[in-house]
Amino acid sequence: MGRTLYDKLWDSHVVHAEADGTALLYIDRHLVHEVTSPQAFEGLKLAGRKPWRIGSVVATADHNTPTTGWERGLAGIEDPISRLQVDTLTANIKEYGAKAYFPFLDKRQGIVHVIGPEQGATLPGMTVVCGDSHTSTHGAFGCLAHGIGTSEVEHVLATQCLVTKKMKNMRVSVAGQLGRGVTAKDVALAIIGRIGTAGGTGCAVEFTGSAIRALSMEGRMTLCNMAIEAGARAGMVAVDDTTIQYLQGRPFSPVASEWDQAVATWKMLLSDADAKFDHEIKLEGQDIAPQVTWGTSPEMVVSVEAGVPDPEKEKDPVKREGMERALAYMGLKPRTPIQEILLDKVFIGSCTNSRIEDLRAAAAVAKGKRVAANIKVAMVVPGSGLVKAQAEKEGLDRIFRESGFEWREPGCSMCLAMNADRLEPGERCASTSNRNFEGRQGAGGRTHLVSPAMAAAAAIAGHFVDVRAWR
Amino acid sequence: MEKFTVLNALVAPLDRANVDTDAIIPKQFLKSIKRSGYGPNLFDAWRYLDIGQPGMNDAKRPLNPDFILNQSRYQGAEILLVRKNFGCGSSREHAPWALQQYGFKCVIGPSYGDIFFNNSFKNGFLPVVLSEAEVDGLFYDCALPGFRLVVDLERQTVATTDGSKSYKFDIDASRRNSLLNGLDEIDLTLRHADEIRAFEARRREQLPWLFR
Ligand code: SF4
Repeated sequence: MGRTLYDKLWDSHVVHAEADGTALLYIDRHLVHEVTSPQAFEGLKLAGRKPWRIGSVVATADHNTPTTGWERGLAGIEDPISRLQVDTLTANIKEYGAKAYFPFLDKRQGIVHVIGPEQGATLPGMTVVCGDSHTSTHGAFGCLAHGIGTSEVEHVLATQCLVTKKMKNMRVSVAGQLGRGVTAKDVALAIIGRIGTAGGTGCAVEFTGSAIRALSMEGRMTLCNMAIEAGARAGMVAVDDTTIQYLQGRPFSPVASEWDQAVATWKMLLSDADAKFDHEIKLEGQDIAPQVTWGTSPEMVVSVEAGVPDPEKEKDPVKREGMERALAYMGLKPRTPIQEILLDKVFIGSCTNSRIEDLRAAAAVAKGKRVAANIKVAMVVPGSGLVKAQAEKEGLDRIFRESGFEWREPGCSMCLAMNADRLEPGERCASTSNRNFEGRQGAGGRTHLVSPAMAAAAAIAGHFVDVRAWR
Repeated sequence: MEKFTVLNALVAPLDRANVDTDAIIPKQFLKSIKRSGYGPNLFDAWRYLDIGQPGMNDAKRPLNPDFILNQSRYQGAEILLVRKNFGCGSSREHAPWALQQYGFKCVIGPSYGDIFFNNSFKNGFLPVVLSEAEVDGLFYDCALPGFRLVVDLERQTVATTDGSKSYKFDIDASRRNSLLNGLDEIDLTLRHADEIRAFEARRREQLPWLFR
């Protein structure tokens, strides 16, 4: 019987399997950031262990780093606890080494899930782990990539393996074509709206279909990034020419004869025609409209043409209560048209939507217009120093600045508000990030997840608008 | 890792679905580089009326009287009863650390976020999966003051203290064994060091670019 892409990736990494299915899975790439690694390095040290293959580690500081005041150097990290965390990562890398470290202030620093692919440190056929749930992003390259906890970070450092069990296979296909103004982010949200935030639990999801094949690598990363919000630890897209073209010439991509050899093996990274999936979900590209979340979970999402749903129509009492609680937190009334929701802030950034293509899409909408008077801050935070440099080369920073957006330094920023960028209680934000959980962007803050073009349009209008009707 | 065998404890019910790890332990507390000290900030945004920041004296902060864990009848609870998809979202292992350091030893629910589920085992914190109907029944029973349950990992059962109700739960044999004996997973894996080395050598030869 045929095998899925996930089956193939799994099979090629099993070092040892127990009778109950628990396996030791070999890890090719280990990405490390400052928040989930200090306790792992400490554990390693306390046990007197050495890293197994430190050359697998690529590290950066992204969560705590500020997006302004870089000219002040390390002193720009004003919160001493944040600074200690960043310093601790530097000290650990100094002690143990790494294949590469992109510290705060480095030109190539950025969000770990943006810089891995950008550097060619994420390659097809790899297993990629990171103490971060959005590691699923890297699955866009036909690799098996998922988030792990801190104990697992320590375990991978010490053994180069992960103790894990095989997940189930799920296939999500999006047929046809996406409409104008509809992006990978809308596809991701539409899928989550359909299957729920637990819909993919226990599964590795492969995204297929012509609408997916037509996506750029940036779009595929956005989609795989959000797989975790559908409950799936891993999302993936099979390798094709788009993948290979993206990787050619990246700093860590193979070169010369090894490149040809690598490409030949990568081309086999796709599901067999007769492979069996445990779950199948099918969507039509043309049915997907721009999406806007209205609640405190990514599954609480509707099309931009719709209104806020009415809990009274929900029969399941646990769900109804969840909806009522979410509406109270979000300060929204049932049946309010989405396009009448007024905003306070706009955030364009995060590992979901801070790549060059995202910034281009937002800039195209903002060009020659002004951010609305009711918007206190509209900020654009590039995913990495290299994205920032590329955007500046294309003049996108000028478009944003002239329209009244703030142009920031790279980092996670207001995606989780661990640094100074955050919402104040009650503030409402259109955000291109991935989580609209209570307090995610700041205690009491209210987050609506949207695509970069939708966020830019909302900044200009002061409220949500259907970007498909944008002049 | 601490062993887990039998737990006879008071149960606290948290009646919401999709409780994410951001809610379990908000990000501002993730700046710590330690493994301990998270208990006072478990469910921080729900538990206190003010906005919590690291370094505050949590004992002096105003408690939210409506939050279930603040009710006197649930003080000392070591089992948390939850709804579906508990621990979804971020991979932060600080979530099971915070639950554990607050005093919980076990959580019972119909389903969990995958990474949270994994992380729990690594810390000797047992996430029990029962069916949605069984969990529903336990929420009902929990209305009884002083409601306790007995979680027996050896027998893989959750039972009322009088034995009138008993539910079986599934768990992987290797996870169960590690919990029962408090085994160190890295030591266990390093027993296979030769296999890992051999695997790695083969891979290096076949796919050399992965090792550059
Ligand atoms: S941008 Fe947000 S989701 Fe992505 S790694 Fe940073 S904090 Fe996590």
